[in-house]
This record gives sequence, C-alpha cells and structure tokens, in this order.
Amino acid sequence: MGRGASIGVFSAAAALVLVPIIAGFAIGLAASLGVFPAIGADHLTFAPYHRLMAVPEFWGALGLSLQTGGVATALSLLFALIFVTQGGGESRILAPLLAIPHAAIALGLAFLIAPSGWIMRALAPLLGFHRPPDLALVNDPAGFALILGLVIKETPFLVIAIASAMAQLPVTRTRQIGASLGYGTLRIWALLILPQLYPLIRMPVMVVLAYGLSVVDMALILGPNAPPTFAVLITRLFIAPDLTLLLPAFAGAMVQIALIALACLGLWLCERGFMRLAKAEARMGRRGGTRIPLSWIRPLPRGIMGLGLIGVAGLLLWSITWRWVWPDVFPQSLSLGAWQGGDWRAPLQTSLKIAVISLIIATPLALLTLEAVDHLPNKLAKPILLPLIYTPLVMPQIGFLYGVNLAALKLGITAGVAPVIWAHLLFVYPYILLMLHDPWRAMDRRVLKMAAALGAGPWRQFFALKLPLMLRAIMVAIAVGFAVSIAQYLPTLFIGGGRVTTITTEAVTLASGGDRRITGVYGSLQATLPLLVYLIAFLTPRYVWRNRRAMQARVT
Amino acid sequence: MSLKITELSLSIGDRRLFQPLSLIVARGEVATIMGPSGIGKSTLLTAIAGHLDPSVTATGHMTLEGQDLAPLAPETRGVGMIFQDPCLFPHLSLGNNLAFGLRPSADRAARRAGIEAALETAGLAGLYEADPDTLSGGQKSRASLMRSLLAEPRALLMDEPFSALDMELREEMRRFVFAHIRARNIPAVMVTHDPADAEAANGPCCQLQRD
Repeated sequence: MGRGASIGVFSAAAALVLVPIIAGFAIGLAASLGVFPAIGADHLTFAPYHRLMAVPEFWGALGLSLQTGGVATALSLLFALIFVTQGGGESRILAPLLAIPHAAIALGLAFLIAPSGWIMRALAPLLGFHRPPDLALVNDPAGFALILGLVIKETPFLVIAIASAMAQLPVTRTRQIGASLGYGTLRIWALLILPQLYPLIRMPVMVVLAYGLSVVDMALILGPNAPPTFAVLITRLFIAPDLTLLLPAFAGAMVQIALIALACLGLWLCERGFMRLAKAEARMGRRGGTRIPLSWIRPLPRGIMGLGLIGVAGLLLWSITWRWVWPDVFPQSLSLGAWQGGDWRAPLQTSLKIAVISLIIATPLALLTLEAVDHLPNKLAKPILLPLIYTPLVMPQIGFLYGVNLAALKLGITAGVAPVIWAHLLFVYPYILLMLHDPWRAMDRRVLKMAAALGAGPWRQFFALKLPLMLRAIMVAIAVGFAVSIAQYLPTLFIGGGRVTTITTEAVTLASGGDRRITGVYGSLQATLPLLVYLIAFLTPRYVWRNRRAMQARVT
Repeated sequence: MSLKITELSLSIGDRRLFQPLSLIVARGEVATIMGPSGIGKSTLLTAIAGHLDPSVTATGHMTLEGQDLAPLAPETRGVGMIFQDPCLFPHLSLGNNLAFGLRPSADRAARRAGIEAALETAGLAGLYEADPDTLSGGQKSRASLMRSLLAEPRALLMDEPFSALDMELREEMRRFVFAHIRARNIPAVMVTHDPADAEAANGPCCQLQRD
C-alpha cells in the first residue's frame, strides 16, 4: 500500500467516524447556545441553559449521576484490584460478564434483587414474608441497584486493564523486597505497587468513570426515577414531544460532557493527592498495621460478579416459565409459550442485520487501517490518527448522537436501518481497531521480511501472511464488535428515530413493568447471542490450526 | 551460631529439588550456595525469606538466632534480600528509597542525617533527590544494599548479587558488600554461579546435589 492509498484509507475512516461526531457535537453546541435554524432559533443566547437549570430535577440528577458514577468507579477499581491480587483462575466468571451487554445484565439483576425476585423468594421462609416486601430494591432513590449493575459490568474490564499493566511491572520482586524490608502486604500495595501501577491504568479508569456518568440503558432499567440520573434526564428531554425542550436537551448534552471532564479532573486530583500521601508515608518508614484482617473482603467481589451470572440464568428460566408463584424458588410449570409467541423474531432479525453488516464493513476497514499505519510515518499514525478514531469510545454518546441524528436528517437521510448501521459503526469500528491493534503490532515482522526477500509484495504479504497470522485476533475482534453492536441502545433509539426496534431497545422498553416471560426472552437473546459468537470465535482458530502447533501456542 | 538450616528439602509435587541441606552460618559470615541451573537455588532463598510459592513444599528446620522461622510472616523474619537487579522503586527519589528501608523514628532530622550518611558510605553523597533511573549500575547496586541494611536485618540473602556487573565493578562490589556484612555482624547466604564469588566470600560453601 502506497502513501497515497494509506492516506485514502485514513480519510475514509475519518469520514466514517470523525465527521459525524464533530458535526453532531457542533450542532449540539450551537443549539445549546440558541442557534438552531431548523426551528427558527438563530441568535446567540444562554436561554437553553437557563431553561435546563429550571427543570426541577436538574441539580438532583447531576448529584445522583456523580454519586452513582463515582461510587461505581471506585468499587469497580477496588474489586478489580482484589481480583488481580488473588491471582488467575477468575476468567471463568469474568469472560462471560464482559461479553454480555449492559442491558441484559441489568435485566437479570433487576429480576434477581426485586422484592419478588429470586433472592427474596429464597429468604421469604427465613424472614417470614407472606408477600413480596414493599421495598424499593430496584430503581431505589440512592441508585444502589444501578451502582451494583455498573460494578458487575466494569470490574471485569478493569481486571483485564490491570492484569496487562501488572505484566509490565516487577510485582513479585517488589513484594519480596517490600516484605524483606519489614512491610506487610497492604503497605506494599499502597506504597510501592499502586503508585507504579495507577499511571498505566489511568485511561481505562477514566473510561469507566465517563461511562458510569453517562450510561442510559442500565440507568433506565436499574436507576432511580425521580430524579433520574442526568443522562436519563437528558434522554427524556430529547425524546419529549414538546419541541421547546430540544434546545435545553442540547444544553444538557453539553453539561454532560462538562460533567465528565470535571469528574475526570477530580479523579486526576485524587490521583495526585494519593501519590503525594504514598510518597510521604514511604519516606517515614513506618511498618505498623501489617496484619489488618482483610480476608473477609476477598470473597465479596466474586460474590457480586456471581450475582450478574445468576441474574442471567434467571432471565433464561423466566423465558421458559409458565407459572411461577411467590414465594417458590422454582417455577411450578414450564412452557415455551413466550418463545412461540414469536414477537421477538423481527427485532432479532433487525439486530442481526445491523450487527452483521456493521462487522462486514468495520472488520476489513480496521485491517486496512492497520495496514495503512504500517506505511505511514510513525509520528503521524500512532500519536494523532489512531487516538482520533478512538474518540467515540470516550465521548459520552448523549453528547453528540442527537446532533448526528439532526445532521443526517438535514442531509435528507431519513430514519431507517441504514443510518442506524452507520451509527453502530461509530462504535463497532473503533472497538475492532482497538482489539486488533496490539496483536497487529506483536506480529513477528521477521516473517514479513523473509516474505519480502522471497519477492512477495505488500498485498501478497497482507493476504498470505498477515491475515492468517491474525486469524485468532480477528475472530476475537469480530466477537467484541458483535457484542458492541448488539448492546447499542442510544444510537438505535436516536438515529432510528424510535422506528428501528432491536432486541436491546425492546428489552429496555419492556423492563419497566412488562411481562417477565417476554422480558426474559429478550434478555436471554441479548445475553446468549454474544456468548455464542465468542464461542465460535474461540473455536475457529483451534479448528483451522488443528495441525499447526506453533499457531496453537498463540492461543493464550 | 546464628542462621541454622537443618535437613531442609524442597519439593514440587513428588519431586524433591535437591538432597536435604544442612548449613550453619555464623554472624559476619557469608555462606555460598552453588549448583546447576534449575536445581532450586533461588527457591531455597525464597524459603528462608518466607516467600515460598504455594506449589513448593518445604520440610526441615530453619532457625535465626535460635528462633524458628517457619511460623513467622515474611515481613517479621528480619531477613533482607538482594537480587541481581537492584530493584530501586522508580517512583521514589534515591534518598526516599533508602528512607523506605530505614526504621522509623520520631526525629525527622536524625532520619535525614542517617540517610545522608548511608548515601555517603555508598559513594552517593548529595544524590538524595536523584531519580534512581539516572544512576549507573554500580551506584544502583550500592543503593540497593544500603536500603536493605537500613532496615536492620538479622540476616541477608543474596541471589546472584554481582552477576549483572562487569568484572572490575564486581570486584569492588564484593569488597563493599562483604565489608558491610562483617561490620553489621549478621549471617549472609549468597547464591552464585561464579566460583570467584565463593572464594571472595571465604565462608562455608554448599554444592546443591540433585536428588
């Protein structure tokens, strides 16, 4: 691939990802300042912000978002650290939790912890409940259920980030030296390992914080209603029939972005403060308190993660339930009725169509992007071009998506499946690129040099060597991309104009008060499809390379 | 008689790593452990320090100053460790690396003076605020030893302490390390491949034998 073609690939990628986001953000910013010609607003004013702040739930929603997002991030980080210090063997619990979409985890958790849910059913004989207790266990005003859901989804992500960061640090050696100097485990972690580790996981932690502050689907299912979290409040304003709420909604989108920026700044200040404290304490040489009994906390993260999986099992069970009265722990009678009803077939087809077409576009494009990176100067591609493509992953969706929607409408693109596919690509393509990037860099370049010496040109190297060598990574990336597409809620809702129904939009809609059996069907589909694709992704390279031991060894 | 190892053997599953080892190291003495690669020399040191990997089982007795080591947690054994890699903590300044080793005291000025003195002994005077990463290999090794000694260990274990240094520096470091061990009057155990190390240590020498 020549320099020209490489620039061409990057331009296409930028057009696909960056143009919509910049346009969406620009439209949103202008609209939040009163400039929105389509509805006759054309002069600069702060009125939308004033109107937004006059919404009675404004301050409450802001505070609630900070609380749920902040606590969820802190707990996820703590749990992930506990998992990592316990050593390996946790991936059996964590891998499925990574694959299952937020909404499915949230639905399962709601079924599990609700007053009429599995936990209360199990406790009823012990506590003497004759009917489900009148407690707000889901949608509780303080957002505990939402925090629990976020922690279940974000802990596995941080475990992976921390594990790969720890592989770069001499952890065992540091622990041995710390102990030989007379320090206990807790002090060694706080004073020696964390100060070296945290800078390496700063970005993933900020991604978790940004996500927790702006999540919509999980907050709709598990979060409080009055006030809701800030992102839910803004979503309500956006989809309200009252058009005068549109400009305040855009103002809210900007406030959401500012909220995340401020929270990240706060996190960074916490990091600075912690570093300073750790260094000051290290200088003092104090060894005391080496044996704080922390063993009771160790099983806690595992138990919480287990709740997520039990919840998903509950979804499957509910989907085949016919009669399940309180307080029985298992259904009296089972039936495939909810599945035979068949309303799920059309949303499932739409979900699969969007996911498959997104993958067909995103996977080759990501591979071409990486091939282009190989042919561009290092200074340009790595520090500038790739981070730009990753922006959709760190920007809050609510900050730019509605603007993208309006930009599309302006260009005469009416709501439908095609624009929704584009909206999914904004996230599927960067995720696939992210998943492929490290394996691509780790590829053995000597093989390529050898091929070149044998007369193979760049394209022959690409097809005959790079693609086969990357097979495993490509399959994993496809599985991740599939899960990302299946999980999308807001892009489907906003860009589809409410007329594109996927299993995810349907599951979120049904969550509030629908028939549990039907909700169970949608939740089960959401949870099992990504797992199925992961399984295929795992087995394919094993089958293809069954007679190639060196390629099997790559399965790590 | 200070560090006493009696009939110590380590095994992974059913496989015993080496024939049972008995060894007595007096105060101020440096014992040398030699043997083929993979026989478990480093593992032996981790057993004395208390970091034995759970997959390895130890039988036999270890006492330090008459006290049984087995029931003690690694951080309460008072056993210092030196590795081939000096392992200075990269986020702390050179002086604070040493301060991490120094036992606490109420008097800040005395602590500071103690560290400055240790730096001077190690030929690192005036480098309190230095970034450890900017030091030479020999400087790092001396700082690492000072950090261990400031924790006032009752015994010192060394895992190939000189093998990363070039010939000239190696000779100088040996003199530096052994002199400090003698001055502190503590027993030390050194694992090495280099017969010159053993000769310079001039203490009891153990050749681990395959079982």
